Amino acid sequence: MSKAVEIQQEVTIKFAGDSGDGMQLTGSLFTDNTALSGSDLATFPDFPAEIRAPQGTLAGVSGFQLHFGSREILTPGDECDVLVAMNAAALKANLQHLAPGSTIILNVDGFDKKNLRLAKYEEGENPLESSLLDGFEVIRMPVTKLTREALAQSELSTRDKDLCKNMFVLGFLYWRYNRKLDSTLDFLKQKFGRRPALLEANITALRAGYHYGDTIEAFTSRYEVKAAPLEKGAYRNIMGNEALVIGLIAAAQKAGLPLFYGSYPITPASDILHGLAAYKHFGVRTFQAEDEIAAICAAIGASYGGNLAVTGTSGPGMALKTEAMGLALMLELPLVICNVQRGGPSTGLPTKTEQSDLLQALYGRNGESPVPAIAASSPADCFWAAFEACRIALQHMTPVILLSDGYIANGAEPWKFPRAAELPSIEVRFRKARDNDEPFLPYERDERFVRPWALPGTKGLAHRIGGLEKEAGTGNVSYDPANHEFMVKARQAKVDKIADYIPEQELSIGPEKGEALFLGWGSTFGLVKSVVKDLLAEGYAVAHAHLRYLRPFPRNLGSLLQQYDKIIIPEINNGQLCQLIRSDFLRDVIPYNKIQGTPITKAELKGFARQVLGDSRPPVPQ
Amino acid sequence: MARTVLGFEAHETYGANKAKTLRTNKGMSATEGTTIMSAKDFATSQEVRWCPGCGDYSILKQVQAAFAELQLSRDEVVFISGIGCSSRFPYYMETYGMHSIHGRAPAVASGLKIARPELQVWVVTGDGDGLSIGGNHLIHLLRRNFGIKVLLFNNQIYGLTKGQYSPTSEEAKATKSTPMGSIDHPLNPLAFALGVDGSFVARTMDRDPRHLKEMILRCHAHEGTAFLEIYQNCNIFNDGAFQAFTEKESKADAAIFLEHGQPLRFGSNSEKGIRLDCFRPVVVNLEKDGFSAGDLWIHDEKDICKAHLLARFFDDPARREHHYLPRPFGVLYAAERPSYEKMLHEQIAAAIELKGEGQLDELLAGAATWEIR
Repeated sequence: MSKAVEIQQEVTIKFAGDSGDGMQLTGSLFTDNTALSGSDLATFPDFPAEIRAPQGTLAGVSGFQLHFGSREILTPGDECDVLVAMNAAALKANLQHLAPGSTIILNVDGFDKKNLRLAKYEEGENPLESSLLDGFEVIRMPVTKLTREALAQSELSTRDKDLCKNMFVLGFLYWRYNRKLDSTLDFLKQKFGRRPALLEANITALRAGYHYGDTIEAFTSRYEVKAAPLEKGAYRNIMGNEALVIGLIAAAQKAGLPLFYGSYPITPASDILHGLAAYKHFGVRTFQAEDEIAAICAAIGASYGGNLAVTGTSGPGMALKTEAMGLALMLELPLVICNVQRGGPSTGLPTKTEQSDLLQALYGRNGESPVPAIAASSPADCFWAAFEACRIALQHMTPVILLSDGYIANGAEPWKFPRAAELPSIEVRFRKARDNDEPFLPYERDERFVRPWALPGTKGLAHRIGGLEKEAGTGNVSYDPANHEFMVKARQAKVDKIADYIPEQELSIGPEKGEALFLGWGSTFGLVKSVVKDLLAEGYAVAHAHLRYLRPFPRNLGSLLQQYDKIIIPEINNGQLCQLIRSDFLRDVIPYNKIQGTPITKAELKGFARQVLGDSRPPVPQ
Repeated sequence: MARTVLGFEAHETYGANKAKTLRTNKGMSATEGTTIMSAKDFATSQEVRWCPGCGDYSILKQVQAAFAELQLSRDEVVFISGIGCSSRFPYYMETYGMHSIHGRAPAVASGLKIARPELQVWVVTGDGDGLSIGGNHLIHLLRRNFGIKVLLFNNQIYGLTKGQYSPTSEEAKATKSTPMGSIDHPLNPLAFALGVDGSFVARTMDRDPRHLKEMILRCHAHEGTAFLEIYQNCNIFNDGAFQAFTEKESKADAAIFLEHGQPLRFGSNSEKGIRLDCFRPVVVNLEKDGFSAGDLWIHDEKDICKAHLLARFFDDPARREHHYLPRPFGVLYAAERPSYEKMLHEQIAAAIELKGEGQLDELLAGAATWEIR
């Protein structure tokens, strides 16, 4: 039966269900499929900290939001056009994020008495029977029942059959958006290749969902979102942590060094450890240490031995690593410390996003302890940020903090990936072996104020380093007052000097002079750019600059800020970059802060911007 | 930023001058590799700053002597330490070295050993550094069995912070931080090391240089983690802590020296021995109790159960009575187990064998790509 296909420009769809319903997987598979169709996209997975939070409850709702379109997509979308709700709690938790007139696809089997009670609906109240859903297009599907029926011939237990209901839903969506099943079939074959019964059941459920759309007369429309006009080239879909992993390996290869990764499991950074552990054939050495401190200390040992050494964690782990970071900066050894930020302080909000570790990165150590910090701005940008963090660490002999966050770590977007040959090589020089009697000076500095990297095992360079203050040149322990002051200044100057080896700050969009500059850093890139784009279209004289380098700042940042009357800084924290800009440039700024564990929405920032900018637009010519 | 750079430049002259005048690092012999290394070749130009009379001097001397005996290359050895008196050790060894942070030397050494398995990596630590703040890392170093040698200087006191009790201090010890006596139960380092499945566990003392050197050589020969507890006298804050084991008049009765394949005998005329009565070690007097050497416990370094019993010979020598079990010195346990770094590199080799050497272009492209034309 052929049904009409309606073309849509963009769609935001959210998959919501119990944390055991496989919503993250369903969302990821739909995303991969969408990416292959050529649409631009951005995702936002949102899940509870508990692996299996109490079934059916509001606390246990796991969501995955995907925004895709045939035009440039910069954010995962404020409101959903389509909500897939696997049970009553999923509906209740997400109803307020639905745009009027949007579509709700419901698993009616998830609305029995028990589910309604767990979702805290009033006794006797059932949203399926009330006026609550008036104004929405509601698609009611008995997903559990239909999946069981589709799998009637399967030898699996009912419990295992029920685990396939996400595939039924996915199949239905593939029908609705006129997709091919191939990418998911390939995935299932890979995952369940050795368990034929499970493989068959998942494929059957997927196909059953697809055919259900095709055969049920009630569904008259299918939709299609065309490919986006992206720059020419080869693309793949990528998540932030995955991009970070690849960036580290690429940097190691381009530097000609083995990669060492020391880490302790922590949300949301663990996927970096998992990712790297799977790439042993790239010579990657992963070490799951006994704690956060051991993870960074082992990395310091590996760096001393000449590896590209990296450790990764999130906020609480950063707190534990601070003393060792101080050691690394005193030793002046290369080290990359990845912080995939989450809501803090303390254990905070492990699965929610926040940008609140910026000041910790810059100041969270004892003594005068400058450490360069850079931030990734999108899932794919995690690749470039990781590559750059490694370059700075290796070429400037310093620990470098790389800031990502939960939002981009788990978010995905299409990536026009580079060829290996296009990546710049990272030149690393070890001090060479020698036979003469000339003393080796481990703390002698070159024109960048960088000391030599002398590896144990190199003939003629035996030397001792440590956390006690070093004498300039010799590196011997020194308590000399003037020497200490000199070394403090030297370590600072070394980090400041990096500004000469990084690019100047550029605008992502907007005029070089104007009413306001939106200055962002990290994962707010897509949001701020898309808001500024809209404001420009509305006639405001605004621009957007997004900081990758947070220490040292790009050398032109001060002059750039002077080109605008107002500096607006949106952050998912209580105003941390604001403090830095105020203190470094004596320039007041206008903060916009949201600290709710979720990204800032376009509507929120745009509303704030209009309020701040008022009627500053020039009159639109008639 | 300009401010700090200017500040740095103002002091630059100071740095340059200092660098010229302070080139005190000892140069390397031009012909190393063909020269015979002496103990002195392992000494640095740095003035040794332990207190006069400290037991650390003896340990330093015996390590240098053992390394000369082994003809180790100075370039292939790395000493990693934490914080404390003992942890100044790397500064006095003309090898590579790192004086790291408190308690973390085992972790630093682990990373180094993964990066560079061919290096000889030694950890120097103390009872506070290794068993208190760094106890966790020592657990995991021992169970993973890295090819690293650990010298734990046990003086039963915090020396560098001037005399607080340590995890190995005896009960009721009065110190600055325990004016009414310590209520901490002391930790038994060898029982600890065996408890976490250390593959080589031994004890020696600063005052017996011959035995000390022998144990250092045994550590060197061991493939996995070698854990050597060294009783070390802190003559400032805990003088005479191990007197019973080190002084001539009491040593024979208070200490027992283990030798693989030999019966457990002690006493000034070797008249006493240890017999196993089922699982209970019993002190017998060969001259009075009617037992012969053949009835005694024969030491077997490979026997983990007996090693656990030996580690429990922890009686207070001050209360030496009839049933007193002498403190054992020597190798309690030595077993062969593959080292962590060996297995790690074998896995990498196996992955390359299985999948072929990783290709960056394939990694960048991932599993599924599409083309925008």
